[in-house]
Amino acid sequence: MNGVAPTVVVRDLVKRFGDFVAVDNISLEASPGEIFGFLGPNGAGKSTTIRMLCGLLRPTSGEALVAGLDVAREPERVRQNIGYMSQKFSLYNDLKVIENLRFFAGMYSVPAADLKERIDWAIDMAGLSGREQLLTGTLAAGWKQRLALGCAVLHRPPIVFLDEPTSGVDPISRRLFWELIHRMADDGVTVFVTTHYMDEAEYCNRLVLIDRGRIVASGSPLELKEKSMAGDLLLVECDQVGKALEELQGAPGVTDAAIFGNALHLVVDSAERAITEVKEFLTARGIEASRIERIRPSLEDVFVSLTSLNRDNRDNRDNRDNRDNRDNRDTPEAIGKGDKEKGQ
Amino acid sequence: MSGSENAIELNGLTKSFPGVRAVDGLTFSVRRGEIFGLVGPDGAGKTTTMRMLAGVLAPDEGSAVVAGFDLNRDAEGAKHHISYMPQRFGLYEELTVDENIRFYADLFGVPRREREERSAQLLQAAGMAEFRSRLAGKLSGGMKQKLGLVCALIHTPEVLLLDEPTNGVDPVSRRDFWRILYTLLDQGVTILTTTAYLDEAERCHRVALLHEGRMLFCDTPANLKASLPGAVLSIVCADPRPVRDLLAGMDGISTVMIVGDGLHLVVRDPQRMIPELRSRIAAAGLSCDAIEQVAPSIEDLFVEAVQGDKADHGGER
Repeated sequence: MNGVAPTVVVRDLVKRFGDFVAVDNISLEASPGEIFGFLGPNGAGKSTTIRMLCGLLRPTSGEALVAGLDVAREPERVRQNIGYMSQKFSLYNDLKVIENLRFFAGMYSVPAADLKERIDWAIDMAGLSGREQLLTGTLAAGWKQRLALGCAVLHRPPIVFLDEPTSGVDPISRRLFWELIHRMADDGVTVFVTTHYMDEAEYCNRLVLIDRGRIVASGSPLELKEKSMAGDLLLVECDQVGKALEELQGAPGVTDAAIFGNALHLVVDSAERAITEVKEFLTARGIEASRIERIRPSLEDVFVSLTSLNRDNRDNRDNRDNRDNRDNRDTPEAIGKGDKEKGQ
Repeated sequence: MSGSENAIELNGLTKSFPGVRAVDGLTFSVRRGEIFGLVGPDGAGKTTTMRMLAGVLAPDEGSAVVAGFDLNRDAEGAKHHISYMPQRFGLYEELTVDENIRFYADLFGVPRREREERSAQLLQAAGMAEFRSRLAGKLSGGMKQKLGLVCALIHTPEVLLLDEPTNGVDPVSRRDFWRILYTLLDQGVTILTTTAYLDEAERCHRVALLHEGRMLFCDTPANLKASLPGAVLSIVCADPRPVRDLLAGMDGISTVMIVGDGLHLVVRDPQRMIPELRSRIAAAGLSCDAIEQVAPSIEDLFVEAVQGDKADHGGER
């Protein structure tokens, strides 16, 4: 990727709603051909960031360039250069497949000379040949989703934003979808994925995790799993799992404990030491551990460990401020409300 | 309480809607004190099954026994022992957290003293103790789901039915949610929950994997993963597409999939395959970093099981 100008450049981006800082000094870059995953819990500032990158919301300070265009100065042109797809809406169920394509082609001002070729391309990509006249609402989820993707990129945008694109879709359709996404990336499109589903994050080349408006980790999925956890992860199989959890929470060297079915996952300072210590600790309390071993953390483990570090502070802050819109500030309603308050 | 060790038993449960057999001959049982997951993608029949078990939808065929009550004969009797949290749990957005809880406590006839103690406990466990006077409409998605659970649990049910309780909930709140579920087990509650997130199956004692109304498998997550024919290999490489094209269709490999760091393969014989892959990739002038065996996921199992009939769910290329 050397020498290729990044498609998305974000520098010191800040968004405030009143005295609340939703996005707090974020900087990042995404290159052509990169599948960039943007992760964070509800209320972390994901949607606010995306809305700024799409030219829908004006940054308070800092800079964001999308396809070389400044989102604050040229929001209209930014919107012509991006595609946007969300799992939740985007297609008209009561229109035919072909009508949806024509509608989106019109909305994105696809030139008349390109129209037929682009629509044929989208139909082919979505595997919808012969189904052009079907009502969109009657399509199976996998087809609908690929049609939505086709509609979002009819105007050949260099960047496409995907918002939880495959949650709830059956695994085979999902894998096909990601195959298409990877193919698009091969053609040089930058794919910007927002999600809090870790199985979607696994398909991204690079991930950025944000919490409370700030970047707390970044790297490839593998790098995050191997390097970004504070401590090691242990799998503990034992009897009386519930009791074991209670005892182990707050045990020396254990920073987090969670039940997974008949086993526990423990975050510990050092696996080597903890393996023997935990076994003795449990035995002393009448709990028999049949297996204790170090496992590689999942992205979810990483996500939870990095974001929950801030949780206590976050809750305190919440109470102190008694901010009613604190929790749902990342929902469209809340953001819309913020806009109105600012008189936009 | 009947003497049966099963809190829920389904026998050939079937329900059709015009043009679709939503639930097709479902048979499984949930043991007392178990967290059992009904796992599958959208449209697999999870919600229809839950609605039948909650007694709000009559099956076309088959039977179900919940908390000792045969739903075909006495669905009303069962309702006193069940708590059902549908996907859109009826919270009153213009009421506060406390007022919603009070409403459900009245509805379920929970004595005043008991409700105070119980709601304090549940709100504490949900990490919501400080939000009692907040309007439900002002809560985040995760908090709303947790409040729904608190309301559903304000009385102590024998059987708790949860329909996609963690849908749209971020991983941090999701952990809180599961922590509450596990504490309920100590109180003798049996939990049947649905999820479209296959990775969430790992948190259940046993799961039934559903696809198009039918059950593919029913077992513990560990046994399910062990039953995958073959093993999953991860190939870390910077440029996975040519490697993928090279390996697709190779003998002994059933799936090749591009992921963020490279490729995932499902192979028959991992020990023999790893050196063979290395030499093939090198011989083609391509490169890769690590090749290692990784733990299979429930999704891997699901895909291997249903790969035969792709056309129905838009899976053709």
